[in-house]
Amino acid sequence: MSATDNRFTIHVATVNGSGSQTANTTLLRALFQMGIPVSGKNLFPSNIAGLPTWFTIRANDQGYVARHKRYDLLVAMNPETSVSDIAAMEPGSVLVVGDGLPMPAVTPDRTLYKVPFTKLIEPLVADAKLRKLVVNMIYVGVVSWLLGIDPDEVDRALTGQLGRKPKALEMNRAAVHVGYKYAEDHMKRTPFQARRMDRTSGRILIDGNHAAALGALFGGVTFLSWYPITPSSSLAEQLEGLLARHRRDRATGKATYAVIQAEDEISAIGMVLGASWAGARAMTATSGPGLSLMTEFTGYAYYAEIPAVIWDIQRIGPSTGLPTRTSQADLLSVAFLSHGDTKHVMLFPATVQDCYEYGMRAFDLAERLQTPIFVMSDLDIAMNTWMSEPFRYPDEPWDRGKVLSAEDLARIGTFERYRDVDGDAIPYRTVPGTNHPLAAYFTRGSGHDEQARYTESAEAYPRVMDRLARKFETAKTLVPAPLVEAVPGAGIGLVAYGSTHHAMAETRDRLRADGLTSSYLLLRAYPFPEEVERFLRGHERVYVVEQNRDAQMASLLRMEYPELAGRIRSVLHYDGLPIDAESVLSGIRTSERAEVTTR
Amino acid sequence: MSTTPNPNVNRIGLTAADYKGSKSTLCPGCGHDAITGSIIQAAFELGLEQYRVAKLSGIGCSSKTPAYFLGRSHSFNAVHGRMPSVATGVHLANRSLVLMGVSGDGDSASIGLGQFCHLVRRNVPVVYIIENNGVYGLTKGQFSATADVGTRAKSGQVNEMMPIDLCEMAIQLGCGFVARSFSGDPKQLRPLLKAAFSHRGTSVLDVISPCVTFNNHEGSTKSYTSMKEHDAPLHEVTFIPHFENIEVDYAPGETREVTMHDGSRIVLRKLEEDYDPTDRMRAIAVIERGRVENRLATGLLYQSAGKMSLDQDLELIDEPLSSLPLERVRPPREVLEKIMAGLMTGGG
Repeated sequence: MSATDNRFTIHVATVNGSGSQTANTTLLRALFQMGIPVSGKNLFPSNIAGLPTWFTIRANDQGYVARHKRYDLLVAMNPETSVSDIAAMEPGSVLVVGDGLPMPAVTPDRTLYKVPFTKLIEPLVADAKLRKLVVNMIYVGVVSWLLGIDPDEVDRALTGQLGRKPKALEMNRAAVHVGYKYAEDHMKRTPFQARRMDRTSGRILIDGNHAAALGALFGGVTFLSWYPITPSSSLAEQLEGLLARHRRDRATGKATYAVIQAEDEISAIGMVLGASWAGARAMTATSGPGLSLMTEFTGYAYYAEIPAVIWDIQRIGPSTGLPTRTSQADLLSVAFLSHGDTKHVMLFPATVQDCYEYGMRAFDLAERLQTPIFVMSDLDIAMNTWMSEPFRYPDEPWDRGKVLSAEDLARIGTFERYRDVDGDAIPYRTVPGTNHPLAAYFTRGSGHDEQARYTESAEAYPRVMDRLARKFETAKTLVPAPLVEAVPGAGIGLVAYGSTHHAMAETRDRLRADGLTSSYLLLRAYPFPEEVERFLRGHERVYVVEQNRDAQMASLLRMEYPELAGRIRSVLHYDGLPIDAESVLSGIRTSERAEVTTR
Repeated sequence: MSTTPNPNVNRIGLTAADYKGSKSTLCPGCGHDAITGSIIQAAFELGLEQYRVAKLSGIGCSSKTPAYFLGRSHSFNAVHGRMPSVATGVHLANRSLVLMGVSGDGDSASIGLGQFCHLVRRNVPVVYIIENNGVYGLTKGQFSATADVGTRAKSGQVNEMMPIDLCEMAIQLGCGFVARSFSGDPKQLRPLLKAAFSHRGTSVLDVISPCVTFNNHEGSTKSYTSMKEHDAPLHEVTFIPHFENIEVDYAPGETREVTMHDGSRIVLRKLEEDYDPTDRMRAIAVIERGRVENRLATGLLYQSAGKMSLDQDLELIDEPLSSLPLERVRPPREVLEKIMAGLMTGGG
C-alpha cells in the first residue's frame, strides 16, 4: 500500500438544487463500505437553487475526519465557479472538469481530464429536466474508476438510497456505468487509491441533527415546538418524523407526543416552558437569531426554575450572518442569555454520539436542575455526515427530578416551591393537576420568596438569588465531565469543544512529529466541573481552540479562573468553514515560536 | 341528614369563599376586581375542581388578578404578551386541565397581538379573558391599542388611531366562542363566563373594565359613565349547565338557545332585535355598526361548535402527555437496533 492510499480528499463543485446529494452520498458510502474512515462536508449557500455548492469527501486511514484544506481530486461541474475551483488545486492533484466549462490555464503538474457529461447523458435520459439530475452519477462512475473504488460497493451504496424507486435506480445505475467506462477508456488511475481495509465495520454514518433527534426520541420527549431556521430545522423535522413512526399508542393509534410549528421563536420557547411546567418533557431547536428572540423567556425559566431543553445549532453571526456556515460564537450570549444575573447551563456535543447522548441527558439535567439546558451544537456537527459507533440503547431509567405527587404531599404535609430542603439548592415542584390542597403555587418572573409569593423584600430577593447561584454549583457535579488525556511531561495543554474536537487528534499527532507533546481536554459542559481547573493548573500554556473571533470559551475560562488567566492562549478560526488541523497547527506554532523568542 | 340543598355550598361541597385568592392590590373601584368577583362566583356556581384548573396571565394590572381568585389552582404569570404560547404548551402537556387565560388590552392587543392571534387560530382550549380598559395602568396612563378614536387621555392627548377590536379579530380567525361584556354588569358577565367553560376550543371574552385611576374621566370611552351610556346588550343571557335540569320560563319566540359541547345550554332572550349569534357575518356587522353608531354591542357575539380543538387536531392520546410512564414514551430496543442497522448499510 502506498502512502497516499486511503488518504485523499475529493472536492465536488456543483450548482445548488442540481441533485448532487445522491451522487456524493454514493461515493461517501462506497468508501465507507470498503472499510475506509470517511467524512463528508456539504458547503452550501443560503438559497434553494442556482447558487454554487461544494461537497468534500475526506478518506483517511488514520481516522482523521476534520476538514482537510488540500483537495486531491476535483470534480468541476459548475461554470460559475470552475475558474476559481480549478485555480485552487495544487500540484499533484487530479481535475475532472465538465467539457466546455470556463477554466484557467492548468500546468502539467496537475492531471486534467475533460469529460463530455452532456454528450454522455443524452442517450441515457430522454427528459431534459431529469438529465440535469442524473448527470451527476456520471462523475460517480468516473471518480470510482480513478480512485479504484469497488464498483460493487458503489452499486450497493446507490441501491441503499434508491432501492425503493426501481426506475430511478436503473437510470442512475446506467449513468454510473457510462462514467466508469468512459474513465476506463480515457484516463489513468490516480496515484491515491482506495484499498479495502477494516476500520468501519459495525459503524454507522449519520448527521448530528438526526442523532440528536434519536436521542430525544429515546429520552422520552413528549413535546417539541420550533420555528424553522437553518441549521436547526432538520433536527425538528427528523424528530417529528421519528415521533410519527414510533410514538403512536399501540391500543388507540393516538399520538403520545405533540409537535407544534410555532409562529416565532418567542412562542416556541413559551410553549416549551408551558409544557415543561405542566410536566411534559419539552424541547425546542433553534439557531442564533432564534435565541435572541428567546432571550426574555430563558431568563424567566432561570428565575422561576422551569426545565427546558434548547438546542442551539450554531451558525455564523452577528445578525443573519452566514446562515449556512458553521460557528461556535453563541457561547457568551447563551451563558448569560437574558437580563439580570442570569446564568445558564450549556452542553457541548463534539460528536454525533454526543448529540444522541445529550439528546436524552439534557432532559434529565433540565428536570433535575429545573432550569434551561442549552445544547450547543453547530452546523458542522449537525448537518454533515460523520462515522460513529452505533448508539447505545438506554438501559437506565429517566430522571424526572424533584416532583411531588399528591401522595408525597399527603405524607410530607408541607410544600414550599422555592425552599432548599435537601441542601443542594434544588427545590421541589408540583405540576398542575395534582389533587392535593397543598399542591398549587403561583409561578412568576417577578420577585418571589420561598413560598412563591410576590415580594419586593430586600432579604428574600438576595436569598433566592444566592440559592440559584448555589444551584449552579450543584450543576457542576451533574453535567458531563470533560474528557482528559493528560500526557506526563507535556509541554502544552490543548482545550477544545464541540466540532473543533475533530481537528485535535490530527493536530496533536503532527505536533508530536514536531517534537512537542501535548495534553488534551475536551470540554463538555458549562459550568466547568473541577477537572478543568486541575488541567489548567497542570499546564503552563493552555491553548483554547475555538471557532469564533472573540475567544469566547477562553473568556469564560478566564472569568471562572482569574488566577490562571495568564496561562490561557487562543487559537481562533472563524471563516465559516469547519476548522482544520492545518489552521490549528499554524496558530500553535506561531504562538510557541513567540514563546521561545521572548525567553 | 338533610336533603335540602344548601344554596351556599356548590355541587362539590365548596362555598364561594373557597374560590377566593389573596387580597387584591389594585386600586379601589378597579373594574378588574369586579371581574375577579364574577370569576369567583362563576367558578363556584359551576363547581370547578380547582386542582384541575391552571390560571395563566401575562403582564399588567389584569395579569395580576389570577392571584386574587381560585387560590388552590396552579398559576403561571408569564412574560408580557406571551401567555398564549405558555397556555398552548400547558394544554398539550395536560389536556385534562381547564385553562383560564387572563390578559389585558396592552398584553393582548399590542405586545402580544401575534400570540393572541395564533392561539385563536390553533383553537387552544382556553377561557381567554381580556380585561380591557384602553390604557396602560401600571406604567401610568399611556393609550393602549384598544383606545377608541377621539378618546382623550388624562394628560389631554387625543387618540387618532383606529382601535384593534379583539372580538372582531377573533371571529375572523375562526374562534368559536366570542363574547363581550362589561365589568359592571355581572348579570351578563357571569353566565357568559360559565358558558365559556363549556366551549371546546378557545373562548374569547372581551370585558370592558374601567381604570378608575387613568381612564375614568370625561372624554374616555371606557369610563363607567361612558359604558353606562353606550353599552348595548344584544340579549339577556342565561346559562344552564349540563348538570342542572332547569327550564327557563320565557314565552315562545322570545328566546334563542345555543347548546354547547357538554350539553350545557345558553338561553338568549331577545331585546331590541332578534340577534343570531351563530351568524358570523352578522357578528362582524354588529361590531362594525357599533363603531359607527357609538354603541358597544355586548353579549354572546358569536358561537360555533364546528372546529376541532388543537388537541383533537393533533390526535393526542386521552391521558395527559405529562403523566405517561417511561415505557410508553421510550420505544423498545428493537426500534433503535433497526435504525442503527439501516445507518450501517445506507438503507436508513
